[in-house]
Amino acid sequence: MARHFVRSEVLAARPAPRRPFDPIGWLSTNLFSSPLNIAATVLSVALIAKLLPPALDWAIFDAVWVGSSREACVGPGVGACWAFVWAKIGQFIHGHYPVGERWRVDLFFVLFAAGLIPMAIPRVPFKRLNAVYLILALPLVSLLLLYGGVFGLRVVPTSQWGGLLVTIIVAAVGIATSIPLGILLALGRRSKMPVIRMLSIAFIEFWRGIPLITVLFMSSVMLPLFLPPGVDFDKLLRALIGIALYASAYMAEAVRGGLQSLPRGQYEAAGSLGLGYWPTMRKVILPQALRVSIPGIVNTAIALLKDTSLVIVIGLFDLLGIIQSNFADSNWASPATPATGYIFAALVYWVMAFAVSRYSLFLERRLDVGRRH
Amino acid sequence: MSQTLAREQGAMPPPMSDVAIEMRGVNKWFGDYHALRDIDLTVKRGERIVICGPSGSGKSTLIRTINGLEPHEQGRIVVDGIELTSELKKIDEVRRDVGMVFQHFNLFPHLTILENCTLAPVHVRGVPQKQAEETAMHFLRRVRIPEQANKYPGQLSGGQQQRVAIARALTMNPRIMLFDEPTSALDPEMVKEVLDVMVSLAQEGMTMLVVTHVMGFARQVADRVIFMDAGQIVEMADPGTFFTDPKHERTRLFLSQILE
Ligand SMILES: Nc1ncnc2c1ncn2[C@@H]1O[C@H](COP(=O)(O)OP(=O)(O)O)[C@@H](O)[C@H]1O
Ligand SMILES: [Mg+2]
Repeated sequence: MARHFVRSEVLAARPAPRRPFDPIGWLSTNLFSSPLNIAATVLSVALIAKLLPPALDWAIFDAVWVGSSREACVGPGVGACWAFVWAKIGQFIHGHYPVGERWRVDLFFVLFAAGLIPMAIPRVPFKRLNAVYLILALPLVSLLLLYGGVFGLRVVPTSQWGGLLVTIIVAAVGIATSIPLGILLALGRRSKMPVIRMLSIAFIEFWRGIPLITVLFMSSVMLPLFLPPGVDFDKLLRALIGIALYASAYMAEAVRGGLQSLPRGQYEAAGSLGLGYWPTMRKVILPQALRVSIPGIVNTAIALLKDTSLVIVIGLFDLLGIIQSNFADSNWASPATPATGYIFAALVYWVMAFAVSRYSLFLERRLDVGRRH
Repeated sequence: MSQTLAREQGAMPPPMSDVAIEMRGVNKWFGDYHALRDIDLTVKRGERIVICGPSGSGKSTLIRTINGLEPHEQGRIVVDGIELTSELKKIDEVRRDVGMVFQHFNLFPHLTILENCTLAPVHVRGVPQKQAEETAMHFLRRVRIPEQANKYPGQLSGGQQQRVAIARALTMNPRIMLFDEPTSALDPEMVKEVLDVMVSLAQEGMTMLVVTHVMGFARQVADRVIFMDAGQIVEMADPGTFFTDPKHERTRLFLSQILE
């Protein structure tokens, strides 16, 4: 029996009902909902209860915070020897850079931050100028400042650079050069021209197929074999080139994923408007593809940041290298020293990697603007 | 003064000839599949042509060969006096004269509506930014959505997006417009707003090739209707004859299926 229904008044929207917070209900749905869930919850709590107190004891309650030599850090029940880190922090940051010249390294950090921080904050204007500063001015000024030999600055060879300085330089240069290189390689890999495509694939697969540690050894042992005798190629520079090429292969693969995710219609729409290859890439394809590639690019960047510690194998003293070399200092040799040093190194890497990771999440969310709604 | 404005104001240079598109013996294969078979078609300037036919019959492929989105293997295609060869320069020249509207709009999602409409004039024709924006706003007014200029495509309805796509094509001042099922992806209530824009374009004398199954549109504006099947032009007639007195068996079958 079909009856004719006609609404007589229009219903206004009402707010959704709010449920009061119910802790027992929350626990039972989230932590104890099934036998597996209960087991996981109990196991996790037991594990935390077992591991957390000793870790806290070691790192904080039994730790030595002040002291001027190993005496402070030996003895029963002594935890971390933070006094060691505190005493050596200058070296951890500057490496073997001459103490009287350390201001040059500090100035470099300031110049670097002055370029990077405003670049990272979307609201700050003059992005183009900022980019020119970061990509052109900063590297040039930093080189003159750190290496010296001009304006009365005494020469400090790269063999004396070290610590956080080297870690930051290797990571920053590696990331900054591997992204554009990776983009070109990713485009080359999808090129319609067979020669360019083959070369790109060969390059990418070559670098992806060898471990970074091998790349570093080759750059320090094999490269000199190809150079005329007497020509000395800076060791740091060699490592930089090796790492940049290595990372660019991974960047290329990250970007390729983004390129593949774009529907063909985007190329066709650009083509039908008469846009040529480069304008299409620059204005239509890459802005969208890079946005999709951010997680992959950041992943590679973080891996690279941590992999910089491998330069230790060719005798460069980055953060980890300089910390490790200080374990041999008889003034500080104690059972707690190495553990403290390694934990400190891990902490510094973690803070940097975590910051990069958080920033990329922020970027992703922000760049999604045009997609959603 | 830009070409766009000049042409808008009627100062259009005299056309090279009254033939807009000439296709002679065009064949195309996808691998082993013979997708276009001996296509002969002459489109006069200002003519409106509607192409219909079952799915997979080659309608899209046909109009996509006209602006070089699909290369053809055999035959000649001459658009606005320019012969389409594999030469990239020729293809670019043709594309500047031919606008295209797609079934799925294909707007650039990362650009605002206004940026979608200024991108090609600025980067292909070298029009100054400010002037390109004026031209874009002119066409956005024409498709009746100037108020959406600063939104992103994702914020617009399907009908609005398709009207933007038409405006975007028009900013390049094309002499020929290709439409590939422009209303097929739209919710029913949005079909009319897009068709209205297309009808007004037709009334202004734009040369148009339209793949569509909206027979009302064909009746209203088409000079000729083409029926395609299996990569071939099966029947071609003025709409009066086509709808009331189709000659080919397959055309009749097709019409009986879509008009019931
Ligand atoms: N890029 C392609 N690769 C292979 N086959 C294709 C491609 N594009 C279209 N085809 C095939 O060519 C035929 C015609 O396609 P199309 O022109 O899109 O048909 P229509 O637009 O009439 O539905 C179909 O059989 C389709 O599967
Ligand atoms: Mg089609």
